Amino acid sequence: MILIQNARVIDPANSFDEISDVLIEDKKISRIEKQIDARDLENVQRIDASGKILAPGLVDMHAHLREPGQESKENFIDGAKSAALGGFTTVATMPNTNPVVDNAALVRSMKARAAEAIIKIEIIGAMTKNQKGEQLAEMLDMIDAGAVAFSDDGHFVDNARIFLNALDYLAPTGKLAICHEEETSLVEGGSMNEGHRSAVFGVKGRPTVAEDIAVARDCLLAEYSGGRVHIAHISSARSVEIVRDAKSRGVHVTAEATPHHLTMTEDLVTLSDTMTKVNPPLRTLKDVNAVVAGLKDGTIDCIVTDHSPHAFEEKDREYNRAPSGFPGLTRALALLIRKLVREGKISMPQLISKMTFEPAKIFGLLDKGIGTLSIGTPADLVLIAPNFNPITETPVDLTMCDGKILVCDGKLVD
Amino acid sequence: MKRKNVIDLDRFSDAEIRIILETAKEMKKFIQGDVKKLDALKGKSIVTLFYEPSTRTRTSFELAGKYLGADVVNITSGNSSVVKGESLRDTLYTIEAMGIDAVVIRHPSEGAADIAEKVYEKKTPREKRPLVINAGDGAHAHPTQALLDIFTIEQHFKQLTGLKVAIIGDILHSRVARSDIIGMRQMGMEVHLAGPKTLLPRFLDQEPGIFIHEHLEDALEDADVINVLRIQLERQAAGFFPTTREYAKFFGLNEDRLKLAKPDAIVLHPGPQNMGLEISPKVAYSDRSKIRDQVQNGVAIRMAVLLLTLCGGE
Repeated sequence: MILIQNARVIDPANSFDEISDVLIEDKKISRIEKQIDARDLENVQRIDASGKILAPGLVDMHAHLREPGQESKENFIDGAKSAALGGFTTVATMPNTNPVVDNAALVRSMKARAAEAIIKIEIIGAMTKNQKGEQLAEMLDMIDAGAVAFSDDGHFVDNARIFLNALDYLAPTGKLAICHEEETSLVEGGSMNEGHRSAVFGVKGRPTVAEDIAVARDCLLAEYSGGRVHIAHISSARSVEIVRDAKSRGVHVTAEATPHHLTMTEDLVTLSDTMTKVNPPLRTLKDVNAVVAGLKDGTIDCIVTDHSPHAFEEKDREYNRAPSGFPGLTRALALLIRKLVREGKISMPQLISKMTFEPAKIFGLLDKGIGTLSIGTPADLVLIAPNFNPITETPVDLTMCDGKILVCDGKLVD
Repeated sequence: MKRKNVIDLDRFSDAEIRIILETAKEMKKFIQGDVKKLDALKGKSIVTLFYEPSTRTRTSFELAGKYLGADVVNITSGNSSVVKGESLRDTLYTIEAMGIDAVVIRHPSEGAADIAEKVYEKKTPREKRPLVINAGDGAHAHPTQALLDIFTIEQHFKQLTGLKVAIIGDILHSRVARSDIIGMRQMGMEVHLAGPKTLLPRFLDQEPGIFIHEHLEDALEDADVINVLRIQLERQAAGFFPTTREYAKFFGLNEDRLKLAKPDAIVLHPGPQNMGLEISPKVAYSDRSKIRDQVQNGVAIRMAVLLLTLCGGE
């Protein structure tokens, strides 16, 4: 038994935000009360959480844990450790691997592999075979094997008919189509946001209009088909407007944003630092402000990391030749508290909701007890020290998954 | 300027550019003489590391180094370990380990020279770090080309301030245009850009102090200098313009268009030229053309740059 005392318990699923004690028993949350008398309990490990926030374990529905086939970049075991250090207890991994996870056999073997990791790993299957955008993947079979959602992430599905078919085909299942929104012909060969900075650098750009076209098309197709579209890593101001408009008309569209698109601009890009290269690219301050506003007003449902590690030697290249993406799981919460909560852009409960309850809700994980602290659900939780020093400390004091402490005092428990 | 890397001209003050131009004047006199050998850089070794084909830039750097007494070794990507898959970082480490004093780098990726500088930054002591000289990185920068353009203009007009320069053609993919813009603006010239709209970088109009025209004629009108950029033929296949025929007809510099400029205007071209495409032979071989002067000035400028950065001009 573990008793966490005096924590500010924030559980957006139950609209709960109070100083309380939480008792974990038999891997589950058994009691949340103002004060739980420890004297009545035997073999109880007490944790003083005064001044700290207790939240559901963070949920990241968009990460690249690189299995199968790209273990030089990352694997489930190490990815899960990075996630735990960042306060995450559930992470969904994308299928743009080698081979692409586009069939039930692979989903099953990845599920088996996920069972070896210290946190919960959900498997996202490919929407089209080999993510080529030409032929639907066996999505129903993958759902039976446990796939949580579908995506050709990394690629826009250029063929509108195929994409419409995917939406129609998925509609009765309620599973989400997660869409990477960049019109291919407008971003091919591009390495950074198309704007003043790319013009001065002479670097081929990836314009916001490429994202806007794709978001608009997919919102219209969602409206037409009635299927569910989830816009991945939204980054452009105009795209946020398009989603807001679609939502106001009742279209079944949801959206996610990444920590970097919520806090960083293209001004960070220098040609000798490929760690600034990501797709969609870092945009302008106007875009960042619009993404934050969209997060606040509910246009954007949840935050995802788009954790995309690469091997050193792959990323250590010329800017236009380096692969896109960087790791995000370990430092996402720290960045968001520092740049959004401390600067007064969103509140701590809002941030927690966007990283727990909201993603669990739209991906249908609440039934598994993920993204909530409801009594009887698995004890997946994170203890956050909100006043951490961003240079030397992590906000993640403790991470627990299924009642097991994975991270204590900001360090992995072995 | 001693030990200063030459990545792009935005790191050079107008006073520093002035010193380079003055030094180049001396160098030009020297290379027009009979015995073209000094010992200013005796004992220094320079590697030219070229990942792209080049005639004038590579040869002029090599000759510049040799005229000054340095030992110069050329590496081209086709006959080096690059074809075996060696990374830029490792190639840079390899040549550094051989004890070179400077690397002159040409690379198709924007930022390659910045990367070279960063790779060598860790080397201590500072005096042992190889100098990095950018000989063209993708569409980003080509600082010594801009310097030789400015030098050629000054040789003709004897001063620079207030001159109107028209840079015409494929601005989008041009490192020459980008470095010219920085250097010419710094030296008080008025920079006008024109070409087919597909080859003008969107958003460059946010850059202060330059003028972008949709009509070639507006840029050429009363220009003192016309810098004609090379059209890369693969751009047609990429859909930037319909045919070379149409390009030559509507955007090439011919005698009629040259008449729009001032009567004593000069014509520059960074080479190699597509004769009859971006420039007509009558213009290219006329006495208004300073294209061959540019080549000789290129050697002088590169001597000045090597001399000033490698030994402070002493």
